[in-house]
Amino acid sequence: MTRAVPASPRPRSSRTGSAGHALPWPVWVPAVVGFGLIAVPVAGLVLRADWPNFLSLVTSDAALDALRLSLQTGLTSTALCLLFGTPLALVLARSDLPGLPVFRSIVLLPLVLPPVVGGLTLLFLLGRTGPVGQLLDAWFGITVPFSTAAVVIAQTFVAMPFLVVSLEGALRTAGDRYEAVAATLGASPMTALRRVTLPVVLPGLVSGAVLAFARALGEFGATVAFAGSLQGTTRTLPLLIYLDSQDDLDSAVALSLLLVVVAVVVIVGTRTRDASGVR
Amino acid sequence: MTRARRRVLAGLVAAVALGVAACGGSGGEQQAPPSRTLTVSAAASLTDVYGRLKTQFEQADPGTEIRLNFGGSDTLAQQIVQGAPADVLATASTKTMQTAQQAGRIQGQPVTYAANQLQIAVRPGNPKQITGLPSLVGPQVTESVCAPAVPCGAATEAAERAAGVTLDPVSEEQDVRSVLQRVTTGNVDAGLVYVTDVRSADGQVQGIDFPQATAQGAAQSYLIGAVTGSQNADLADSWIRFVTGPQGDVALTQAGFQLK
Repeated sequence: MTRAVPASPRPRSSRTGSAGHALPWPVWVPAVVGFGLIAVPVAGLVLRADWPNFLSLVTSDAALDALRLSLQTGLTSTALCLLFGTPLALVLARSDLPGLPVFRSIVLLPLVLPPVVGGLTLLFLLGRTGPVGQLLDAWFGITVPFSTAAVVIAQTFVAMPFLVVSLEGALRTAGDRYEAVAATLGASPMTALRRVTLPVVLPGLVSGAVLAFARALGEFGATVAFAGSLQGTTRTLPLLIYLDSQDDLDSAVALSLLLVVVAVVVIVGTRTRDASGVR
Repeated sequence: MTRARRRVLAGLVAAVALGVAACGGSGGEQQAPPSRTLTVSAAASLTDVYGRLKTQFEQADPGTEIRLNFGGSDTLAQQIVQGAPADVLATASTKTMQTAQQAGRIQGQPVTYAANQLQIAVRPGNPKQITGLPSLVGPQVTESVCAPAVPCGAATEAAERAAGVTLDPVSEEQDVRSVLQRVTTGNVDAGLVYVTDVRSADGQVQGIDFPQATAQGAAQSYLIGAVTGSQNADLADSWIRFVTGPQGDVALTQAGFQLK
């Protein structure tokens, strides 16, 4: 994370150069086991796939609807995470509000909470008989559950902490020296935030957004509990995969691979942009 | 590496080792009293009935433990096909039992012993005055049903065909209990569930009968069979006789099942 220091060539050369031979052997064995634990099941998915029918399985009506919905809701909730999570991370990292540790642990709650619990809490709050849902229904005739908006809310709920944690870490590592310098040079707090703070933590912001998007893309429990499951409206890829796993395993496997591909594209795509964006 | 750090590392390693040992050996402590354990994989809709029958069975035969594993019939049948250690399989559909049979995992002929029917679950007092499937159609009534891929959803489709209506649900749930929950929490006006689900909701919902519930493919059959290669074949047989016998009949009827 020290690579946020302005453009000296040193950190980058140390990143590509040294590594490898310096690692002691006790690191390698568990590292290989850990890698295998993640990679082998995915490889198993590849072996189990019904390749001759793969294309027709992932281009069925239900699959395309689910893919479109997943991308659409995932991007929307990532945008919402950026909109609300960035200021939240700034407050957590930079302000001196009393009781900040308590606020932080509340913000991190969705990380430890089973997603289905998150979905139920949203349902109890925003459902038709919930305290807020009741008012929305009476005043505006709005029913939140079973709508695409409900999917976005559920995804934002579970994904937001990923962005906040990532960005808060970047902000703390960067420190506030540059902002102090900017202030002595006459920059207003807003200018310092815009021209100094945010550019310095941009890599942290990007990786936080990627994590949030990935989490939103894989979201299942909160969505199924809060938004329900209906093709084209609320049935995202993970929901369709679980449904298909009940009676059409070939389709479930093919769709799982589709989700893996989307996730890999996102991770690889933003990794390269992340690295070039350090400047 | 300082001594303190080394000690922390050793502690971590020990903790991981203990954790792994605990995962592997969870069966160990249960072997302490000399007892026999029968593992029954049963459809989720049997949760209440089998729970009650388990207590009766264990009281009548001390030293026996019935371990109940509830889930969707498809999932349970798949697990048994994949070699999951179970002694008895009790499904909520003929199709799922056939899946296990065709894989050679069921000993002898399974027994069909009960049936279940769909009902329209509504809020107590029936505020939307629902009388049958046609009254669910349209935007003034919101309803939730099972997805067609799962057994209760297939039953719903069969009933729709028989009634000549197409429902417009706001959500197609993964299992029937989720449909029930949508009604009990007041998030939909109606849901298509089984008579047994309405019975289990203890007055939180009211059940409305409709004629197409008995249509071809709409009613659900309950089958039970012993799993091939069970270590407890005789115990499996006595559980099956118990469930299909007089005491089972009482518990099933109380829960709203029809006897076969």
